Amino acid sequence: MTWPRFRDLLTTYLFVAPAVILFVVFSLFPFIKVFQLSVFEWDGISPDMKFVWLENFKTALFHDKSWWTSIRNAGVITVLALTFQNFLALVLALIVDREIKGKNFYRVVFYLPPVLSGIVVGLVWNWIFDGSHGLLNHFLVFLGHPEWQRAWLADPATALYSVSIIHMWKGFGWGFVILLAGLQAIPRELGEAARVDGASELYIFSRITVPLMLPVFFLVSILTVLGTMQIFDIIIATTNGGPGFHTEVPITRILAAMLGSSRFGYACSLGILFGLLLLSISMVQMKLSKWSSRYS
Amino acid sequence: MNARSARRILCVLGSGILLGLSACSPSNNKADANTILVWHWMTDREEALVKLTDQYQQQTGVKIQLELYAPSDAYATKVRAAAQTNTLPDVFSVLGESRDLASFINSGHIADLAPAMNADRNAWRKQFFAKALANTAFQAGNQYKVTPGQYGVPIDVTNIQLIYNKALFEKAGLNPEKPPRDWTEFLTAIRALKAAGFAGLVSGWGETWLIQCFASNYAFNILGEEKVLDTYRGKVLYTDPEWIQVFSLFEELRKENALASGVVTMVNKTAEQIFATEKAAFALNGSWCVNVYKGMNPDLRYGAMMPPPASKRFPMRIWGGAGSSFMVNARSTKNEQAIAFLKWLSEPAQQAQLSTETLNLPSNRASLEKIPVVLAGFAAQMDNTTHPTQWPVAEIPTVNEAFEKGIQSILIGEKTPVQLAQELDHLKARYRAREKRQ
Repeated sequence: MTWPRFRDLLTTYLFVAPAVILFVVFSLFPFIKVFQLSVFEWDGISPDMKFVWLENFKTALFHDKSWWTSIRNAGVITVLALTFQNFLALVLALIVDREIKGKNFYRVVFYLPPVLSGIVVGLVWNWIFDGSHGLLNHFLVFLGHPEWQRAWLADPATALYSVSIIHMWKGFGWGFVILLAGLQAIPRELGEAARVDGASELYIFSRITVPLMLPVFFLVSILTVLGTMQIFDIIIATTNGGPGFHTEVPITRILAAMLGSSRFGYACSLGILFGLLLLSISMVQMKLSKWSSRYS
Repeated sequence: MNARSARRILCVLGSGILLGLSACSPSNNKADANTILVWHWMTDREEALVKLTDQYQQQTGVKIQLELYAPSDAYATKVRAAAQTNTLPDVFSVLGESRDLASFINSGHIADLAPAMNADRNAWRKQFFAKALANTAFQAGNQYKVTPGQYGVPIDVTNIQLIYNKALFEKAGLNPEKPPRDWTEFLTAIRALKAAGFAGLVSGWGETWLIQCFASNYAFNILGEEKVLDTYRGKVLYTDPEWIQVFSLFEELRKENALASGVVTMVNKTAEQIFATEKAAFALNGSWCVNVYKGMNPDLRYGAMMPPPASKRFPMRIWGGAGSSFMVNARSTKNEQAIAFLKWLSEPAQQAQLSTETLNLPSNRASLEKIPVVLAGFAAQMDNTTHPTQWPVAEIPTVNEAFEKGIQSILIGEKTPVQLAQELDHLKARYRAREKRQ
């Protein structure tokens, strides 16, 4: 190899080196480390780690009821978000897509909740849902239904749904923005031509808008599932997983294992299982998304 | 690109990498030989600590570099990460349970201060409340296999009691100078307070350690210390009638509607607001509340009382001990200077100054005469305190969590005391079996 060639190669590698070093240190190494730790019993401090084979995975899958409860809870919130949150986002996007007065103002307003901190949102909603002096209870009394008052976040019958409402309120803005972008990408001429041919608005929506929007719907649903399954900050700010295990979600369980019980190995195994679950869901959705792209 | 500009870019890149690497080096290496680096998380005490460390520098010429990392969760994570990379400062704190402290000690991160404490006929040791030292001491035969010693210096003490609102007592026709003396009187007082339109007991039981604290008070009162510890050792079952009696107290609270609305998911800060705004008559809170209530409602009239006992068999024990303790890095080259600073910080004058400015109880007994009167009620009960970090054995963390969450379930009427006790026994048996297998 000639000196100029060597110098060129060296220059190239040195340019790439910072990015590679950062990737290895902050992404690759932690990723591999999680897999390594998942087969050990380790408290996070001690230099001694006990190799336990797949015991951590076995415990998580077959003995840890609270883990499955947390998956179920996250699943419930996800289903609610997929339906109600995205329905609301779509309706608002359809409204704002039309030529209405102040549409830019609405676009900003609808996009505000997602950019707020989850902790702040949680604290505000804590006040709304408060059992003694909450806004919602005051409103119910005003409506003449004092018997409906309750501590919404502390009652096992309503805690999970209350948390879901907070999450959906905070999250619908993302879907709104993406769906609005999708709607605006549909050529206006298609709708106009259909109208000239006498098609109703419902017909245009079901036969033109929905098919062309299918890839966008799938994108929004993938983001909703991934975002909702990883819900965490709102839970911490409102219920901390309680009452009992009624609002526990996977991330709070992983944190409880890691920081509450100092079981780093077990927490890593939960993280891997959770990662695999999200990966499987994403793969199914990607398949469906590809299919929808072809269809649309 | 010509060779000259390529060389320039390479120089910039190289410098960047070197700078980046140097930024990753231990922060205490940056400090000079006459500087002690202290990490703490106490936002409320930062100002007072800065004043004290300035005084120390004027007196001794040794600079104390305070670094504040808050909130406490973030601090605990930072200390843990620093331990893994051997970059702990000269003085720091381990926030957590005994097993966490034990792990730091067994890994060689924390210096044994017993020789310094015991020098000159225990001169330094004698200054402290014994219970304050107990939180960071390990005795022979401890379950964590830690070499017996003293591994922390308490800078203040705390205890958790029932706080009651004297004004609300008067409004409900109760004598504010005669708070309830037993469980029956407690429930009677709550009925009277509720009839007058006030909520009974409020506490941040969404933070489950406060549930554990209240339950533990009554477990010591009903079962006695040895039986409680024997439960953790696996010699007594949770289905024992006396444990059922402890769990039944929570069921009684639920049936009497004695708790403020939403306590099972409430954080303690909210509970403090509810008590400070006179919406609830009782609160389970620590001595730090004096400072908190002063900020929220300076005119609040309240008193501290021991939780009213439910049994006459054993004395009531409340949680307490060291509020905050500092540890000395065993690998630091400035061990002696760090210990000298901590000795100075725990002297009566500095302790009184810290207590007056932060309204926390001092760890030095000799400072008690100089502290605000309002703290005296808390200080009076220091000898009746206990804490999980002082016990020779600890419950399995998973069982502890099930215990706390289970009590939440009793409070919302989802489980009975017997159901919870059976669940705990079942869970414990499974973990014991697993331990044996391993």
